[in-house]
Amino acid sequence: MALSRQIFDTVIVGGGGSGLRAALQLAEAGHHVAVFSKVFPTRSHTVAAQGGIGASLGNMQEDHWLWHMYDTIKGSDYLGDQDAIEFMCRKAAEVVYELEHFGMPFDRNPDGTIYQRPFGGHSQNFGERPVQRACAAADRTGHAMLHTLYQRNVRAHCQFFVEWMALDLIRDYEGVVVGIVALEMETGQVVIFQAKSTILATGGAGRIYHSSTNAFINTGDGLGMAARAGVPLEDMEFWQFHPTGVAGAGVLITEGVRGEGGILLNSEGERFMERYAPTMKDLASRDVVSRGIDQEIKEGRGVGPEKDHVLLKLDHLGAEVINKRLPGIREIALKFANVDPIREPIPVVPTCHYQMGGIPTNYYGQVVAPRGALGTSEVIPGLYAIGECACVSVHGANRLGTNSLLDLLVFGKSAGDHLCEWLKTNPQHRDLPHDAADRSMERLSRLDGAQSGENITEVAQAMRRTVQHHAGVFRTGTLLREGVEKIREVAKRARNTAIKDKSRVFNTARIEALELENLVIVAEATLVAAEARTESRGAQAREDFKDRDDKNWLKHSLWYMEGSRLDYKPVNLQPLTVESFEPKVRVY
Amino acid sequence: MTATLTREQERLRWRSRRGLLEMDLILQRFLDQHLTRLTEPEVRAYDALLQLPDNDFLDLAMGRKGPDDAELLPVLEKIRQS
Repeated sequence: MALSRQIFDTVIVGGGGSGLRAALQLAEAGHHVAVFSKVFPTRSHTVAAQGGIGASLGNMQEDHWLWHMYDTIKGSDYLGDQDAIEFMCRKAAEVVYELEHFGMPFDRNPDGTIYQRPFGGHSQNFGERPVQRACAAADRTGHAMLHTLYQRNVRAHCQFFVEWMALDLIRDYEGVVVGIVALEMETGQVVIFQAKSTILATGGAGRIYHSSTNAFINTGDGLGMAARAGVPLEDMEFWQFHPTGVAGAGVLITEGVRGEGGILLNSEGERFMERYAPTMKDLASRDVVSRGIDQEIKEGRGVGPEKDHVLLKLDHLGAEVINKRLPGIREIALKFANVDPIREPIPVVPTCHYQMGGIPTNYYGQVVAPRGALGTSEVIPGLYAIGECACVSVHGANRLGTNSLLDLLVFGKSAGDHLCEWLKTNPQHRDLPHDAADRSMERLSRLDGAQSGENITEVAQAMRRTVQHHAGVFRTGTLLREGVEKIREVAKRARNTAIKDKSRVFNTARIEALELENLVIVAEATLVAAEARTESRGAQAREDFKDRDDKNWLKHSLWYMEGSRLDYKPVNLQPLTVESFEPKVRVY
Repeated sequence: MTATLTREQERLRWRSRRGLLEMDLILQRFLDQHLTRLTEPEVRAYDALLQLPDNDFLDLAMGRKGPDDAELLPVLEKIRQS
């Protein structure tokens, strides 16, 4: 049966911050753009971003993009590509002012300029003293950004395909990406979208972890699409953790709780952070606290029937302090942990928050991959990736706070700009290959035909438990090797799922099975890359290789789905116009 | 969740996928307890709530604010208590 086909200049998979920013650039230039989203665009996960957008506007104290660049490179533990980081930090002010002109309700100073908040890691003069660099709209920065960009896109006649799930990329015989295959949830109809260019903007895949702050929609669909189409995934071992998410739920408990005097206890009632950080104790930096908690759990001093979390005690602060200074936290504990912190401790666990790795791109958003024996990176024509699903790499081994929203804006716009030029020299649609939709149709018909097989919920649970236990904060060679074996078993099960409901109309089980196929790809990439990297750098903390090893590991990992194979490429230490920031020991 | 949901219920279940994890968790509990037993007016009210931006919906679900439309209250109470 021939599938129906629609034709666009550009198709964008994902309607969050980066997808909307790129769409706007293209639609306002008069291009025919389609944005695909599993949910209504303003309900994308960008809505969860509260902290702000980092930009050296200098509205509070003197600031400079070069200082922002230094903070970003140092934060990245020197794994960030310095050309892309210079590009981002220099463009920051421009994209913030543009957003202001689009109507973004930024917080203001009395003189009318944008107010900027302090944020961890932001410094003046190469680490000398803190600087206020975060531009925010109250605690709803992501929300305001999505609404501002969405309204603007509607005005520019961008076309939205809401409640559609993209299934696969279409590559022709020369490897050029010529569109996507997508599924409409309401009807179950599968349609080919032919395009001169395709942008992946599907966000992170934090749902591979058992404890994750990510919304349920964050299933790494773009990463799965890229990997199935032969594109490698870069630096997937690097995931940012927050030390205290509510166990079993993932909702964050801010560090402010420990700032007010909350303390962490293990199953023996011991204040274990005194052992890991004798001076700072519970107020040590995020990574130190995360590692402390994770190690207590690994050594059997976790709490609960599964011994899989620790306790955050604050009842000693008294009802008055808790109600006055931490009302939001009491609300969260009651709702998501079912405990009242005035009387009982809150169960907490290190929680996955942000994906540093992703689809390898240059700072124009073009997807790049090594080609041939020389291993030089070459552009994959017609394919772009932006936002959390991409690895430019500006975050390296660890992201600086407020650089995620900045990344969306800068590289969303940059991809849009680059495409406007590219479309001038590539005005024709290329022919679709005759097997354009085969891969997608095979996956769907397997699911529709399977009479028996694995249960989606059980396989998803096994995946999340495996990743959490084996690729959590505390990593060792043994743990990771076991994890690689386990995740390969899980991946096999994920390709053998069965669903009872065979309907085509709003079949959420069918969607979840397809999402699970994408998640297990990301999970395997994470474990394989983490096992191979025998050093500690940024978010990768190996107990058996405690130090950063610049001699052997100042390089990006590239994981290929075919054969689950790893390759590497050098970090770009050469900025665009300034001198290189040489790797130094990271001290805060 | 069994495979016996109607298409309408499946649609509501998908639209309960949100941008904020907090809302995903709250609505998942609500659906597990109530989805198959929602009355027609409740479905209409729930549909209206699903149209709200995540942050506004979260304020209502956490009881920080009341709804503008009193007809939303019965379903909202069930969401708050789930």
